[in-house]
Amino acid sequence: MTPAIELIGIDKRFGSVHANKDVSLAIGKGSIHGIIGENGAGKSTLMSILFGFYHADKGEIRVGGKPVKIKSSADAIAHGVGMVHQHFMLVEPFTVLENVVLGAEGAALIGPALARARAELEHLAHNYELDVDPDATIGELPVGLQQRVEILKALFKGAEVLILDEPTGVLTPDEADQLFRILGTLRDQGKTVILITHKLREIMAITDRVSVMRRGEMVGTKETKQTSVEELAEMMVGRRVLLRVEKGEANPGETVLEVKNLTWRDRKGTARVDNVSFNVRKGEIVGIAGVSGNGQSELLDVIAGIARATSGEIVFEGKSIGALADPRYLRREGVAHVPEDRQHRGLVNSFDASESSILGWHFEETLGRGFHLDRRAVVERCRHEMQDFDVRPADPYLKSAKFSGGNQQKIILAREISRDPDLLIVGQPTRGVDIGAIEFIHKRLIALRDQGKAILLVSVELDEIRSLSDRILVMFAGKIMGERDASADERELGLLMAGVAKEAA
Amino acid sequence: MAAPRSELPAWVDIGLIPLLNLAVALIVAGLVVVIIGENPLQALGIMLNGALGSFKGWSYLFYYTTNFTFTGLAVAVAFHAGLFNIGGEGQAYFAGLGAAIVGLNLEFLPWPIVIPLAVLASAGFGAFWAWVPGVLQAKRGSHIVITTIMFNFIAASLMVYLINNVFRPVGRMAVESREITGAYILNFRELGRLIGWKLPSTPLNPTIFLAFLAAWGVWYLLWRTKLGYEIRTVGANPEAAAYAGIDQARIITVSMAISGALAGLLSVNEVLGVQHRLLLEFAGGAGFVGIAVALMGRSHPVGIVLAAMLFGLLYQGGTELSFARPLISRDMIVVIQGLVILFMGALEYAFRPWMAALFFKPED
Repeated sequence: MTPAIELIGIDKRFGSVHANKDVSLAIGKGSIHGIIGENGAGKSTLMSILFGFYHADKGEIRVGGKPVKIKSSADAIAHGVGMVHQHFMLVEPFTVLENVVLGAEGAALIGPALARARAELEHLAHNYELDVDPDATIGELPVGLQQRVEILKALFKGAEVLILDEPTGVLTPDEADQLFRILGTLRDQGKTVILITHKLREIMAITDRVSVMRRGEMVGTKETKQTSVEELAEMMVGRRVLLRVEKGEANPGETVLEVKNLTWRDRKGTARVDNVSFNVRKGEIVGIAGVSGNGQSELLDVIAGIARATSGEIVFEGKSIGALADPRYLRREGVAHVPEDRQHRGLVNSFDASESSILGWHFEETLGRGFHLDRRAVVERCRHEMQDFDVRPADPYLKSAKFSGGNQQKIILAREISRDPDLLIVGQPTRGVDIGAIEFIHKRLIALRDQGKAILLVSVELDEIRSLSDRILVMFAGKIMGERDASADERELGLLMAGVAKEAA
Repeated sequence: MAAPRSELPAWVDIGLIPLLNLAVALIVAGLVVVIIGENPLQALGIMLNGALGSFKGWSYLFYYTTNFTFTGLAVAVAFHAGLFNIGGEGQAYFAGLGAAIVGLNLEFLPWPIVIPLAVLASAGFGAFWAWVPGVLQAKRGSHIVITTIMFNFIAASLMVYLINNVFRPVGRMAVESREITGAYILNFRELGRLIGWKLPSTPLNPTIFLAFLAAWGVWYLLWRTKLGYEIRTVGANPEAAAYAGIDQARIITVSMAISGALAGLLSVNEVLGVQHRLLLEFAGGAGFVGIAVALMGRSHPVGIVLAAMLFGLLYQGGTELSFARPLISRDMIVVIQGLVILFMGALEYAFRPWMAALFFKPED
């Protein structure tokens, strides 16, 4: 049987970056094909070439055995290739129907297209179990349903091959399961699905075959049934990696941070952090799990002094800091903060690495007396931190933007950990970071814990929370749903993340 | 993965591209000169000769450079804080009030005391006129571009009123103050005469050294002080500034005040060094030229001094040209300057993609 899609010898450079090196790939019709690789391995580039966003320097694309030229996403759609992006391309104030029709209006008047779409949507919903109210406004739908609309959009335009780019990043485990069921139905009806992800578990759960990319090259393609998580991980990074973090028992000491009945309301008056209480002790890592957008970011902001609590109290080392909370005061008191969003907060892209490496700590007298900023001291300090944290390249004068995600994160961690804080607040320490750096970062966090420091960790990666934390709190809709210890069952945590409390009822 | 943004060798970025833009601007300006029936090469020759062909030409060039350096630095400091200060003109104009108040009322003091006081008053009045929009932006969210433009108009009206009704001596027809004799900065011709040198007449005076000092000061402030670090952080990434605990409202007001003080120093040159009296519109558009100077100089003090010299050349050469070729009027000179601003500022990145294609070194 001819494959649905064949990519032959695809080669693509962006300036000095060789994003795809002579990549070949065949995707069987009616299958779910996973593509995995670290960040920067070239999977998104490859799919962008297939979808017409980029143009390959060399190579050929065949759809259903026939060579085709795909110069734009319109060409791709015309050849039956549809894509569901990581960040949805939906118009929020529009209804589901209007979004589905977008780009396929067909005439100056929209009425006939909408009527046709309504009929087609019913048909699709019936065939693929893709139920969505066509008249609902996109902005009011949960993300899981928004994603469904993206899939409907592609199918409405006649997609036979569906590319999904990191589709589960924003979903609860439950929603992800639903998505997988839908993808299974699509396959059974003869559609072809390409799934880009860096989550090995998803690959194992639903794909038929899996291709691994590493540094722009295609390392290999396996039948999913005949491979294992360990083998795929090794193919991705080129060596065996520790998937579990090795750590000893925690020896928690006295309480460092105590949060009492903390509430934070946004401008509309919605409680984004809702009556939250917990504590963090010396020598332990407390993890806050939850699907992104359930108040974890706001909670971090309030504790770090960036936002002010609406009500409630924060006690740090016996002192109530609610009214005093500004980030500089907290840093002086011994609170370090690795922000969730390193690109927008953790560093300044246009600054030299050495300048980013003092962000938030530039008031220190060791970096220059009074008014003066001693550039030599700044650079020297940065050089030391870079050596200590194995930042590559170890060049304090290189622009912050030029480091890879993992190395940027190491610069930030080095900055915060080297200040010897009593409490470290960490948000998404390994988001968008390659596996090698993840391992390193996890080890440093454990080491800090073992020095008797208190760590508050927020992550949307449940695996990360489970492997690092000594205690796990689950947040949902601004509330703490419950506390579990590190050995908690994954399914139970997943239920809490979805807002289902076991003890309730 | 997204393509990394193309980076060019520094000499291309800050050397070749500006020169290329300048060349294109001159070519287009040349076409305009052809259209009105003059020989562009001849016109260029007259301009260059007018600015560079004599001591007098050079001295005027540097006199303009002094003004443009102050206003260029003013725009640059605000720009590093992420603020677009369009109000340099009004700030410089209003600063003249400070210079005149000190200069006219403290004449009994010896010049080594009254001149520094007048300089401080100029900076202070300029700073105040920029500080108010800064506070409005920081505390009330009024957009700095709008408020500084409005403050230009307010300054213009206020100064007309004050000069006409307060500073104009009784019985004098011209709308200007009496001569400032105490805070009188001698120009180089007058200084030369003191030691027996005969120099041609020139408006150039030691304020140019103040301009160079200010350029060094701005460099030091931005890259060697903690305040400068905070200013640049707020400008480059306000989110990161909030994370770092930098008080953004304070940075906005402080950097606007510094910006206004720099613009205000223009009145040291004009009021104390050249005109020796407070008169209407003495800033003469230098506040707006400062925007182009800062853009062209990439908001770096060295670039700003060089760009200020280039605009000094255009101003001086242009004046000579309009004398020599009546067909090319003052307005034509403004057109040519406008073209330079267009290509240097607004179309700054027009040639970047080609340069990127030319200078990329493929690796691995």
